[in-house]
Amino acid sequence: MTSQNKKIPSGTHFEMGNWACAEGAIAAGCTFAAGYPITPASEVANYLAERLPQAGGTFLQTEDEIAAVCAAIGASWAGKKAMTVTSGPGISLMQENIGFAVATETPLVIVDVQRLGPSTGVPSIGMAGDMVQVARGSHGDYQIIALCAQSPQEMFDLTVRAFNLAERFRVPVFLMADGFIGHMREQVVIPSEKAISLVDRKITQKGKNPMERQDFLDAEVAPMPVFGRGLASHVTSSCHDIHGMRNLSDPEVMHSYIMTPIQKIKKHRDEIVQVESDCAGKKVALVTYGTVARAARAAARMATDQGLSVGTFRMLTCWPLPDQEIRQLAQEVDAMLVLENNAGQMFPYLKAEAADKCRVEFLGPQTLGQIHEPEYVLARLKEMMK
Amino acid sequence: MNAIQHPLRKYIRGHVTKTTTCPGCGNGMAAQAILRAIDELGLSMDDFVFVSGIGCSAWIPSPLFAADTLHTTHGRPIAYATGVKLGLPEKHVMVVSGDGDLSAIGGNHLIHAARKNIGLTVVLMNNRIYGMTGGQTAPTTPKGLRTITSPYETLEYPFNIAEMVVAAGAPFVARWTTFQPRQITRSLKKALQRKGFSLIEVITQCPVQFGRVSKLGNAVNMLKHFKENSVPLKKARALDSGALAGKIVVGEFVDIEKAELAQECARIIRQAQEAN
Repeated sequence: MTSQNKKIPSGTHFEMGNWACAEGAIAAGCTFAAGYPITPASEVANYLAERLPQAGGTFLQTEDEIAAVCAAIGASWAGKKAMTVTSGPGISLMQENIGFAVATETPLVIVDVQRLGPSTGVPSIGMAGDMVQVARGSHGDYQIIALCAQSPQEMFDLTVRAFNLAERFRVPVFLMADGFIGHMREQVVIPSEKAISLVDRKITQKGKNPMERQDFLDAEVAPMPVFGRGLASHVTSSCHDIHGMRNLSDPEVMHSYIMTPIQKIKKHRDEIVQVESDCAGKKVALVTYGTVARAARAAARMATDQGLSVGTFRMLTCWPLPDQEIRQLAQEVDAMLVLENNAGQMFPYLKAEAADKCRVEFLGPQTLGQIHEPEYVLARLKEMMK
Repeated sequence: MNAIQHPLRKYIRGHVTKTTTCPGCGNGMAAQAILRAIDELGLSMDDFVFVSGIGCSAWIPSPLFAADTLHTTHGRPIAYATGVKLGLPEKHVMVVSGDGDLSAIGGNHLIHAARKNIGLTVVLMNNRIYGMTGGQTAPTTPKGLRTITSPYETLEYPFNIAEMVVAAGAPFVARWTTFQPRQITRSLKKALQRKGFSLIEVITQCPVQFGRVSKLGNAVNMLKHFKENSVPLKKARALDSGALAGKIVVGEFVDIEKAELAQECARIIRQAQEAN
């Protein structure tokens, strides 16, 4: 693949989150994207349609979101860094085949620019409505990686990171944003090409017979037997053994088919999980992710100005859940206030980790689909700290 | 000991010694027709990626064929194969799957792949019933037939898959029955030498399910039925719909050249990079 025309627009820009995401994908080495038009995610696909051919890649507009995720998985097996981009309704349609990517250990980036649901809902209003469906929406047991951007800058940075994690661990990785961040224009600094570190999947070099290789089910990540190299790779989302061969009779194989891909992520969670905290020595932590983190910081500043001991704790990785970090935080503070722009999706998971050590409360926005007003958060903090 | 080997055995994975198909199934005939086409063209299995979905015929390439094989979810092999072809435009990407997989749950992908003219070779095994799940009505089941999910009778009209794919814009479409394995191979060889999307619809026997409900019985009777009811396309064009009732029109429905999608994408990449 030619890279001389990749032309990463290094420098400082005033741009939309969705633009930054598309440029992040190009910078990460993405050469295949497929998608179907949907608000508020369309601009990512629109930009990629123009930018990918310049970078030697292809954008495919498909007949629906199901075809989009399938084509991206197919391209990944053809050796491409591949992605798809959509919003909640598209994620709902993709779910079965996201499970396919999990089961076949396929590197893939799925960008979810979330909107207000359920169902058609309000396309142009951002909400964190898909936080649980991206982790639990496909059938069966599995572990997902999901990153949460709080700004157009992070739409760039975390898109690069999502590709790197997908390639490193041979897994689908979600980048979670919402209509607010996707459509927000803000400063975006794109580093020089040299300053962006990239990860490429390990590819198996061993012979023509998968029966003499371990292509799947290694918690240390098996090299990928990508197509087109004479490897005679056998890939199926039926229960399979380490060679990729279908096995519907051996309970040990079934156990490993489910558990090894989960362990692969859990074992390396320290490489994956990122949080930001300024809660040391604070009494109350505002626990957030994504867009709401901006409101949390404003509220914490106002609280501090008024003499209240309040810090913020932000999850850049929502899945796997930063369980150790949350438990640590729970030991340090008296109370957590979980802020989400939804009816409480991450809250039960966070509460389950923390509630034996500190008080854990939830605060949705004053009106769903609107970001929390800092004054509204402050009022709740005052009530909690009375 | 040097046992005598079938000349096509070299295309089958060494460790695979049995298939999952029922006695009398047409899958083996289709597998042979595919491998003969590859053999007669002097192609290597390394030139291919095989993609299949869910159902009995999806298990023809997986795990049988000693090539890259992608066994996907129900209905989606064409969508997966589209991504594979765009990633590996120099390879032959062949989809092998059934009428339920490709014309019911996956029908949208079939017509759109034909419209896009993505360079896939699709072998659609049409047994006119759901075999693997126990004999349910398919979108290809003849009207009036009683099945396990149409216990009174099938009320709906069946798809004419080959004609539908022609209408969607495919440049190469053929239909044969398993009684015409040489013709299947011949059309496949043509398809593999074309750049664009091609469909080979294979009307095949499922003695266990379709044979039972249609009272055609065993595989031999079903093949006899195919022999007696196949009408070549040229002859069929002179007949009215009454005379064609219950007949199977066979032949090559379309054979033209038009720009293929993966090649068009490569052209756009060159154009975009020159402009930059």
